[in-house]
Amino acid sequence: MKSDILDMSNLCKNKLSELDDYIASLEGNKQEQLIHVLHKAQGLFGYLPHNLQLYVARALDLPAAKVNGVVTFYSYFTEKPTGKNVICVCMGTACYVKGAQKVLDEVLKQTNSKKNDISPDGLFTVKEVRCIGACGLAPVMTVNDKVYGNVDEREIADIISKFKGGHNEN
Amino acid sequence: MKLIEKMVSCTINGIHVNVEKGTTILQAAKKIGIHIPTLCHLDLHDIGIVNKSANCRVCVVEDENKNALVPSCSEVVRDGMKIQTDSLKAVMGRRTSLELLLSNHPRDCLTCVKNLDCELQALAHEMNIREIHYKGEKMSHPIDNTSFAIIKDSNKCIMCRRCVTMCNEVQTVGVLNPLKRGFDVVVATAFHLDLNDTSCTYCGQCVSVCPTGALAERNHSSMVWRALNDPTKHVVVQIAPAVRVAIGEEFGYEPGEVSTGKIVASLKRMGFDQVFDTNFGADLTIIEEATEFVHRLENNGRLPMLTSCCPAWVQFIEHQFPELLDVPSTCQSPHIMVGSLIKTYYAEKNKIEPKDIVSVSVMPCVAKKAEVSREELTHNDLSDVDYVITTRELSRMIKEAAIDFKQLKDQNFDELLGESTGAATIFGATGGVVEAATRTAYEMITGKELKEVNFKQFRGLQGIREAEVQIGDKTLRVGIAHELGNARKLLEEIRDGKSHFDIIEIMACPGGCIGGGGQPYHHGDINILKKRAQALYDLDEKMEKRKSHENEMVVKLYEDFLGQPGNHKAHELLHTFYSAKPRI
Amino acid sequence: MKISSLATLDKWRDELRAAVKFDIKIMVCSGTSCISSESDLIFGLLKQKIDDHQLEHQIALVPTGCQRLCGQGPMITIEPGNITYFRVKVEDVEELFNEHILNGRVLYRLLYVDPKSGESIQDFAKMDFYRKQQRVALRNCGEIDPKSIDDYIRRDGYKALGNCISVLSPKEVVEIVKASGLRGRGGGGFPTGVKWEMTAKSRGNEKYLICNADEGDPGAFMDRSIIEGDPHSLVEAMTIAGYATGANSGIVYIRAEYASSIPPLKKAIEDAKANGFLGNNIFDSDFSFDISIKLGAGAFVCGEETALIHSMEGNRGEPTKKPPFPSESGFRGKPTTVNNVETLVNTPPIIINGAKWFRTFGTEKSPGTKVFALAGNIRNIGLVEVPMGTTFREVIFDIGGGHPLGKKIKAVQIGGPSGGVITEAFFDTPIEYDTLTKIGAMMGSGGMIVMDEDTDMVKIAKFYLEFTQDESCGKCTPCRIGTKRMFEILDRLVKMEGSPADLERLETLGKAIKTTSLCGLGQSAPNPVLSTMKYFREEYEGYAYRTKKIAYSINGEKCIGCTKCARVCPVQCIQGALRDVHFIDESKCIACGACYKACPVNAIVKP
Ligand SMILES: Cc1cc2nc3c(=O)[nH]c(=O)nc-3n(C[C@H](O)[C@H](O)[C@H](O)COP(=O)(O)O)c2cc1C
Ligand code: SF4
Ligand code: SF4
Ligand code: SF4
Ligand code: SF4
Ligand code: SF4
Ligand code: SF4
Ligand code: SF4
Ligand code: FES
Ligand code: FES
Ligand code: FES
Repeated sequence: MKSDILDMSNLCKNKLSELDDYIASLEGNKQEQLIHVLHKAQGLFGYLPHNLQLYVARALDLPAAKVNGVVTFYSYFTEKPTGKNVICVCMGTACYVKGAQKVLDEVLKQTNSKKNDISPDGLFTVKEVRCIGACGLAPVMTVNDKVYGNVDEREIADIISKFKGGHNEN
Repeated sequence: MKLIEKMVSCTINGIHVNVEKGTTILQAAKKIGIHIPTLCHLDLHDIGIVNKSANCRVCVVEDENKNALVPSCSEVVRDGMKIQTDSLKAVMGRRTSLELLLSNHPRDCLTCVKNLDCELQALAHEMNIREIHYKGEKMSHPIDNTSFAIIKDSNKCIMCRRCVTMCNEVQTVGVLNPLKRGFDVVVATAFHLDLNDTSCTYCGQCVSVCPTGALAERNHSSMVWRALNDPTKHVVVQIAPAVRVAIGEEFGYEPGEVSTGKIVASLKRMGFDQVFDTNFGADLTIIEEATEFVHRLENNGRLPMLTSCCPAWVQFIEHQFPELLDVPSTCQSPHIMVGSLIKTYYAEKNKIEPKDIVSVSVMPCVAKKAEVSREELTHNDLSDVDYVITTRELSRMIKEAAIDFKQLKDQNFDELLGESTGAATIFGATGGVVEAATRTAYEMITGKELKEVNFKQFRGLQGIREAEVQIGDKTLRVGIAHELGNARKLLEEIRDGKSHFDIIEIMACPGGCIGGGGQPYHHGDINILKKRAQALYDLDEKMEKRKSHENEMVVKLYEDFLGQPGNHKAHELLHTFYSAKPRI
Repeated sequence: MKISSLATLDKWRDELRAAVKFDIKIMVCSGTSCISSESDLIFGLLKQKIDDHQLEHQIALVPTGCQRLCGQGPMITIEPGNITYFRVKVEDVEELFNEHILNGRVLYRLLYVDPKSGESIQDFAKMDFYRKQQRVALRNCGEIDPKSIDDYIRRDGYKALGNCISVLSPKEVVEIVKASGLRGRGGGGFPTGVKWEMTAKSRGNEKYLICNADEGDPGAFMDRSIIEGDPHSLVEAMTIAGYATGANSGIVYIRAEYASSIPPLKKAIEDAKANGFLGNNIFDSDFSFDISIKLGAGAFVCGEETALIHSMEGNRGEPTKKPPFPSESGFRGKPTTVNNVETLVNTPPIIINGAKWFRTFGTEKSPGTKVFALAGNIRNIGLVEVPMGTTFREVIFDIGGGHPLGKKIKAVQIGGPSGGVITEAFFDTPIEYDTLTKIGAMMGSGGMIVMDEDTDMVKIAKFYLEFTQDESCGKCTPCRIGTKRMFEILDRLVKMEGSPADLERLETLGKAIKTTSLCGLGQSAPNPVLSTMKYFREEYEGYAYRTKKIAYSINGEKCIGCTKCARVCPVQCIQGALRDVHFIDESKCIACGACYKACPVNAIVKP
């Protein structure tokens, strides 16, 4: 267990050095900017594996438990790799009263996946989010960066099929 | 500021009370004899340990002006406040919080290590909880029993965060932290690593403040019983200085009551073949350490020299300051010295096969449980010490054996490794090691007799103390730190080349070993630590011999067996080395 | 250009106003909702058309912030005439351009049709939705290009700041805000002037001003719209607040989900700096102020001010007990003011027009206006800014246009997860801080969700509890374990596994959590449950006594008519011929679930 975490060899060197540069560029108290550093790290690596968290902890001279405590506190950070496409279904109130639960169920079914887990084909990760500020179009879901408003559960299969097999709209 | 401005007044349950600004409702209530239950609260103000998380909510009282409940442990008295501690609303609020905690708790009291010594349990009793109205999901975390020192059962955790405060703020080790959020919150190590895989120092301070059985020492008493029941084994035990001034608390004595003779008697009744005194090792440590120090001093060696008798502290420097491993003295801790001698000197003298000896240490310390598994501390594949049991474990063994502790007649240590001086006794309190070392170093350096052996400037509970001692034409600059957070400050100075000390004593636990992680629980009462320390100094005062090098059995040991202090054989048996470890 | 005095600012404004006027101004909404329905593509196409016809000098094409009727987006407003088009599609651009721009004819089919009269409305100001609104916070939103400082200056931008610094002392600014009676729009309704005064009076040279842009209430999006649609107003307001409170550093804490709000805000900060409205010696005074941005990472509780501060310091966003308040010991332990976005942007107009003017809107105890994000089962979904004291009925029926299908509206949820529901009986209650508290609801940050007669209030309560227990920081016992237990009870009820005793448990537990929790999250988490229990007790009892009628149904689009369900139904309430869509007689269904398990194509819908 321990040796896994200490081993950073599976982390891309270039990305690490980009992370180093980012940390070096921060002004003022760097430890205070842990959350920004984690955003950057997740942006680079897609997720925050344990060894990367330890790397960040050392770079900022913080205890790893503190970094891990922060990572697991905020829902935006993920410790697990995500599928090729990330689908977020809004479960904010405006969307909920407009049937977001059905949308979520249907999305999970169509992608054959569980919430927050990568789908077996590796293509999707489905997450719940709380309001993306497009309540006017409730219910709302996003696939990668694209927002789909007024989603009807019957359209979901169509939307998702676009992201299956080759036709990757990014 | 005028006194009047510093005072505020309020009424609690209709009783008027004047207190200083900044006083909490809890403190004010206590002043007029009103009891309010608490759980997460911990205030060892004198040694800088305060858990002010205010999260358990079992201490809420009613603020009548605001018509609201406020946490008495942390809400500060304001002028004109009207507090009701026993209103129905307050009582129901407290009960609900407690009931909720219990609804998420295993309630395994019968077999729990904390049974009858548990703050949660005591509170459930106090609040007359007889039924839990709220049922639902409970935490289910695997128990971490990988370390040699500490068992962590998060299912019993109530998230009071006392351990987090200890580990992060007091010890600055930072291996415990809350992870996740909401119902899923768990106080854990990074990535749920086994404690063993982290930089935990095993200081046991988290254990000593945990109000429940979520953190506890690893129990070694069953192994000791097994050895005692094995006719092929020769079982030898030693006890540390801090044990004798604390164990009495478990049997209803006042803190600080010295029960050395009763401990020896009870150990003999249990069937230990020999009962030795770790104080013998402490005297020996002083001679070796003073020799090493004088050597460094006279040969421009690495200064300051740091004492090394606290294994938690050793663990700390290995993980946190790997670049400074040449700073601590290479001396083993006293009980390890005694352990090495038991399996060599004592074994030889009594013609016992070392492998047939089971060597047990009774310690105030949790870290020593892990220390004995260090590879550096083995000789011929045999551990110098086989098992460490804490003061608490010994008291449980005594009760288990139904020995009536109070009725026991005092008995003496066995001879060979049983004699000690006053210098060894004060090892148990912060500042004591360096005081003992100074007594010996003084005479070693000057060749003159030291008249005034009390170095009161080394004593006390301040986190970092410094003092200067004139030794001949040398001014010795002495630093003392207890708690690892204070140690960190001194180490950073050393690392940055700013340290002006010659010798520094470091103890991981608040107050030194008297406040060790294996001692009877102080339940937040700092006076207990003070009384234990005082008892050690009183003992020292009463001793005829108060300098380690006057210990005749130690002198004999060098003559018969070791030769000169600091020579090859002494190094082989009494010294150790350190290695860098990753920080996680 | 560094603006160093009010005079130079006036001059600049005059120049801008005098500069070339366009014949036509096309304002394309580029708010989140409209962008999501491709207003960005529409903008691109329009630009292409303008270029193709070489009309760049006659036509101004402006991407604006939210034009407020988001549910009917994408919206395009064209001046002169204030003609607003709704639900514009990419396919419509060609016709719209040809008809309106080239031929000067209104394209009727894209106009708003008044549901009452059935008439198409050209001038949006005449629409009920807009007519009853009163804009202070949203004064520029939807009408200017958020990326253009010129647009902002034209509308009296930075005039209030200039006034403050050149004419007023910090104390006077505080006095004006105090006199205006402005109260915090972030939820608590604490008087803003008093808050500023507290920080101003706190000892220490280092002070901070934090803008709370966490906007955690799911279903609320006004803060976002302000930042994206009128970022300079926030920059200006923060600088004013900094001046008044003695802070030299302002920080916007913005939620991570609002990534798209950051570029316009950054641009505004840069432009303000370039023109001397931020930085050192603003308006040639000793006052210096700078603004930075900190990002959240997905935690509702970080909207709570102490949690927010801990989050800004790189920690878990766990609240701490108050007192000490941030105004005594906040960010980095220094005196700190925390204000909501909407609160702040109210201040420049107050400075320009005076406290009295502000008090002409709203009520005695709640002066001014409040922005609501109107959503749910309502015709006009969008942003609504009304004077305080407006009734729910006016908002729901006059502005909101009632239910889209004419169904009965049963309740309004306001205050988000911390709030309560308001039933029809209270629809004539004026919306202001104190009346709402009195009826067991609260203003909250401004989410207003309308629910129709089909809404199951127990499920709504469960939905909110699921949210709060998921967002609880987990620090204190009542909220960490209590909300979980409440959720479990509700879950049990909804699954028809509860009992009448559960209702009592919910109530006692709810009350205890409210009184014993450490922060506002826990203190308000039971509100949705307690208030629905109060007003819709019979719905709870239906579950608790298991008298609620529940039935399975069949999704006709999926059913392949295999008859499997009909064969397993123990009460024979499913009908349909082979290969025809099947139906369940809901009055007979006993909700045994047998059909659900039997259906090979998942066509059976659970109740
Ligand atoms: C759980 C919780 C969430 C909150 N979320 C927000 C929020 O998203 N935005 C906000 O401005 N205030 C929020 N608040 C209120 C803030 O704590 C604070 O009162 C407010 O930002 C002060 O600004 P104001 O006086 O301008 O309203 C929240 C409070 C609580 C208890
Ligand atoms: S921790 Fe305390 S309450 Fe819990 S099982 Fe052990 S003794 Fe009982
Ligand atoms: S034993 Fe000491 S170092 Fe280890 S977790 Fe406990 S407090 Fe921290
Ligand atoms: S482990 Fe013990 S001390 Fe630590 S939070 Fe849990 S109950 Fe408190
Ligand atoms: S101070 Fe004493 S009890 Fe504490 S860890 Fe060190 S040796 Fe053990
Ligand atoms: S009430 Fe909830 S969110 Fe607030 S401190 Fe307690 S656990 Fe955290
Ligand atoms: S749920 Fe049971 S009773 Fe209802 S339609 Fe299906 S099979 Fe029939
Ligand atoms: S089992 Fe499913 S597909 Fe078959 S008839 Fe019933 S509803 Fe239709
Ligand atoms: S609630 Fe779904 S976008 Fe706001
Ligand atoms: S003892 Fe006061 S909140 Fe825990
Ligand atoms: S986003 Fe376009 S109208 Fe609101």
